Amino acid sequence: MNLALSCTALSKKFGEISALQNINIDVERGELFGVIGPDGGGKTTLFRILATLLIPDDGDAQVLGFDSIKDYLSIRKRIGYMPGRFSLYHDLTVKENLQFYSSVFKVDIEKNYGMIASVYDQLKPFANRRAGKLSGGMKQKLALSCALIHKPELLILDEPTTGVDAVSRIEFWNTLDSLKEDGMTILVSTPYMDEANRCDRIAMIQKGELLYVDSPKSLIDNYSEPLFAASSLDRFVLLNRLEQVPWIDLVYLCGQEVHFVLRDVKHDKLLEYFKKNEWGDVTISQIQPTVEDCFISLMKTR
Amino acid sequence: MRSFTSFVIKEFHHIFRDRKTLIVLFGIPVVQILIFGYVITNNFKDIGIAVMDQSNDIHSKGIQSKVFSSGYFIYKGAIRSEKEIESKFQRGDIRAVLVFPSKFTSDIEGSGSSEIQIITDASDPNLANTVVNYLSGIVRQYQVQKLGNGLQKSMMVVETRMLFNESLKGAYMFVPGTMALILLLICALLTSISVAREKELGTMEVLLVSPLRPAQIILGKVMPYVGLGFINAIVILLMGTLVFQLPISGSLILLMAELLLYIVLSLSLGIFISTMAPNQQVAMFISLFALMLPAVLLSGFIYPIENMPLVLQWLSYIIPPRWFIIIVKDIMLKGNGLEYIWDETLILTGMTVIFIIASIRKFKIRLEG
Repeated sequence: MNLALSCTALSKKFGEISALQNINIDVERGELFGVIGPDGGGKTTLFRILATLLIPDDGDAQVLGFDSIKDYLSIRKRIGYMPGRFSLYHDLTVKENLQFYSSVFKVDIEKNYGMIASVYDQLKPFANRRAGKLSGGMKQKLALSCALIHKPELLILDEPTTGVDAVSRIEFWNTLDSLKEDGMTILVSTPYMDEANRCDRIAMIQKGELLYVDSPKSLIDNYSEPLFAASSLDRFVLLNRLEQVPWIDLVYLCGQEVHFVLRDVKHDKLLEYFKKNEWGDVTISQIQPTVEDCFISLMKTR
Repeated sequence: MRSFTSFVIKEFHHIFRDRKTLIVLFGIPVVQILIFGYVITNNFKDIGIAVMDQSNDIHSKGIQSKVFSSGYFIYKGAIRSEKEIESKFQRGDIRAVLVFPSKFTSDIEGSGSSEIQIITDASDPNLANTVVNYLSGIVRQYQVQKLGNGLQKSMMVVETRMLFNESLKGAYMFVPGTMALILLLICALLTSISVAREKELGTMEVLLVSPLRPAQIILGKVMPYVGLGFINAIVILLMGTLVFQLPISGSLILLMAELLLYIVLSLSLGIFISTMAPNQQVAMFISLFALMLPAVLLSGFIYPIENMPLVLQWLSYIIPPRWFIIIVKDIMLKGNGLEYIWDETLILTGMTVIFIIASIRKFKIRLEG
């Protein structure tokens, strides 16, 4: 069995609201697999099903070769799970939290220290500080240490970088890279599109539906539309104006720029159109799509 | 075992690092006992007393002057015949009548003993009881002063009659009652909140996805509070006996065993509440309104069960403190052994078993149903 996990036709409803619909995902051992999507898309529900915390209404999930409903105890022993919210004990110190989780999993901190050394070493100066008083990035490092201390075969991280500063986010992903090199399978979710590039493969989820599963590279390679970025002094005015242009059919804000897909005409013609309407100083250039562009394109074509 | 021990240690950390929990745990028992004690001993001065002195001699006069110079009592006139006593009470200006028999002094100095009768208005049982205690104390003091300790035979026997409520139900109620309430509060409220807090903070999610078994989680939550609840019970008992002179007439070991049973019952109730409560607010709401209010109102702590409408009397059967208060009163005040309270004990044991089974059945190994 080479698959770390495999979901077949997973569905889950909360009352009338459908949180997941017909999700099929296979993750191979040793993969760094990302689940990307906006808030409320169903990422947390999917992760909770895989962590045996929820029972799907339909379909089935195999985690490390075990059935997520019948063999939940076998799965719980073998995975490391980090929920979306910081869920360690605020009133315990950094060290006490780590000690608690290591004894819950019946492992020695010393013996398994190699596992967490790269993460925990940065926390060492704060070993006696209450976990509630740590910064966001530090909290995530502690939570990761606690999820790793028992050498899990599969690491399930639900939005580990949400609410963490940019530098800590990069550090966090570097840590995931080195864990992956040690052979660990990692399932991670994020609302940040730019983090998708750091995964081997990604699944895009929106409104409980799976939009796409593949590597970020082939996602971008498969993007065939002529994509442009425009910028001017007021990007909101620009957005409104571009929406009225007949040859443009996908316009959206992306950072400081406005991205759009231009069909049928060259962009010279568009510049002429701008001049005719006296829209002033607009710069336009054709660009390579990012994961976010692909996501929006996938979302709109649905 | 190691994971269980560290779970218990973790729980103690939570308790001792949270000021609110500590206040509930150790502040409330002391404050409540003092409040109830204060209410009972409050305003004890200028109590109206009438005297029916049938001998008018040295000792009867001596005792009266002691009584009315003590600051607690006010002289409200003399009574000539027994018939006058009741009408005087009904007018409400006196709380007690002090009755000296004829030939009081000569009896004491001659045969060596005589009787003083204290008749009190026991429609306010607590006050009546206090009046009797104070008057008896003054008489005893007088006896020691005037007749000396050497004269062992000389006895002024104080005989009391509680009018209107002869058996004085309701007296000494506050210590058993407060104990029943405090233990229920601490054990049920704090455990249910502490489980709900784990759910609210999301740590329950991590605990569930760990090799810890539900029984370990439940026991780990319960253990610290068994110890702390027991310490509390002892503090309450000590205050009751030292500050308010409550006797412990029966077996101390039996009392401790019953306390332990009641603590475990309250804890299992708390765990049961926590299986229903998704967050701390709900846990607190259930504990306070669904538990504390019936416990105060229907346990017989404040209002005698005999006086309740029949429906409420039936309802009181499912209130654990009702039975616990009977047990504590029987052991402490009447000195009864297990043979008198086995049925109450059995009821409490049964309730404990029901709550534990229900909790285990309802404990969620996942985040929902």
